[in-house]
Amino acid sequence: MIRYLTEHYELLGNAFAEHLWLVLVTLVLSLLVSALLSLVLIRSEKASNLVIQLFGVIYSIPSLALFAILIPVTGLGDKTAILVLCAYNQYLLLRNILTGMRNVDRNLLEAGTGMGMSSWQLLRTVQIPLAMPSILAGIRLSIISTTGITTIAAAIKAGGLGTVLFSGMRTMNVYKILWGTILCVVIALIADLGLKQIENRVEKKLGGMRTEA
Amino acid sequence: MKAVELVHVDQKFPNMSYKALDDVSLKIEQGEFVTILGSSGCGKTTLIKMINRLYQPDKGEIRLFDEEISKKDPVQLRRKIGYVIQQIGLFPHMTVYENIATIPRILKWDKTKIEEKVQEMLHLVGLEPKEYRNRYPAQLSGGQQQRIGLARALICDPDIMLLDEPFGAIDAINREKLQNELKSIHSKSKKTYLFVTHDIREAFKLGTRVIVMNRGKILQYDTPEEIRQNPADGFVSDLIQTMEDAPGTGNEEL
Repeated sequence: MIRYLTEHYELLGNAFAEHLWLVLVTLVLSLLVSALLSLVLIRSEKASNLVIQLFGVIYSIPSLALFAILIPVTGLGDKTAILVLCAYNQYLLLRNILTGMRNVDRNLLEAGTGMGMSSWQLLRTVQIPLAMPSILAGIRLSIISTTGITTIAAAIKAGGLGTVLFSGMRTMNVYKILWGTILCVVIALIADLGLKQIENRVEKKLGGMRTEA
Repeated sequence: MKAVELVHVDQKFPNMSYKALDDVSLKIEQGEFVTILGSSGCGKTTLIKMINRLYQPDKGEIRLFDEEISKKDPVQLRRKIGYVIQQIGLFPHMTVYENIATIPRILKWDKTKIEEKVQEMLHLVGLEPKEYRNRYPAQLSGGQQQRIGLARALICDPDIMLLDEPFGAIDAINREKLQNELKSIHSKSKKTYLFVTHDIREAFKLGTRVIVMNRGKILQYDTPEEIRQNPADGFVSDLIQTMEDAPGTGNEEL
């Protein structure tokens, strides 16, 4: 097992790096998209529910099917993969960002508006900071989900650890399958633990302020 | 020049059988402390939310110092009006200092000026700056929180203060203290205060004039003595009766 790792260090390392790269690019892009969408959607509860439901439907389409549908449009490779992964992430991110911002106490918003804060100032200084725990939870979920689904993206030649897994399955190479799985879990675990840590810190900071007087 | 003037203001909410404000006209002189008294649903909160444009009237005009407010930018308008609500609405993730300094920071005041003003405000509401400035709202009692709410509303030296049942959720002893302090802050400032309450004793104690409202209409608008001696109708005299039947408890609520 260890020998397999030392002998195929390069193959596994490359796949790992590719995988990490795909997850990162997906995360950055989907955060940008969801941030923009949230800014538009925060104004209308109806519209946000509709859009979240729409992404919920997309989220429920199996990834292999969605990749296959898009091949005629965007072709094989990482572009198609990232597009699909971003679409999946919107469901997780939008839901968390928007509920986080909506759950901010209405009285705070009324007090802020009443004293002359513009809706943008309220968003920036009150709603987003108070929604941070929920936003971070969304990011954590989306990294974990992306890490998993990216393995399937190897089927459309997007690279990553999925390549190792698929070739392991074809050749019945248990070591390959095991190492592919372990490395995936490593990415997900590190992201999970790291973000949990940040979440706890933010939560603690907000929590200290919320202890009932 | 009147500080506040309402001319035939009408407001109807979709799920109410009567109008929240029914052809209300009203003039308030500068420097008055006007309390608005009525039971829930009488339109008293609607009335003050019209003044800082949290609500838009269906009909009618509202003028502050002879200026029609519908022609002004609501955000700019609100910065010149102090606003205090029963739920207080302090930002939980900001310290006392940051809460009070919110609007001065937006207006990009000089740092030392903000510092000085916050100190002055904390002294004004009876809290020692050193002890309280770095606390978070959750580390304060309800009464202290509302003092910060007052300080936050007063810092830009607003010409008009709108207070929506600010002491409604505060215990009787602290309420009494806060009422006295608010009264003395007002009499030093010469600004115009509008204070909504459903507590008749509070309304008569604080108001230089009292507005009695029911079902969207102003029943009487006069000094407390005048209302007590010459109630405008049965509703008002019943109201005064409730206060006189149980003197001294301080809890007469509609």
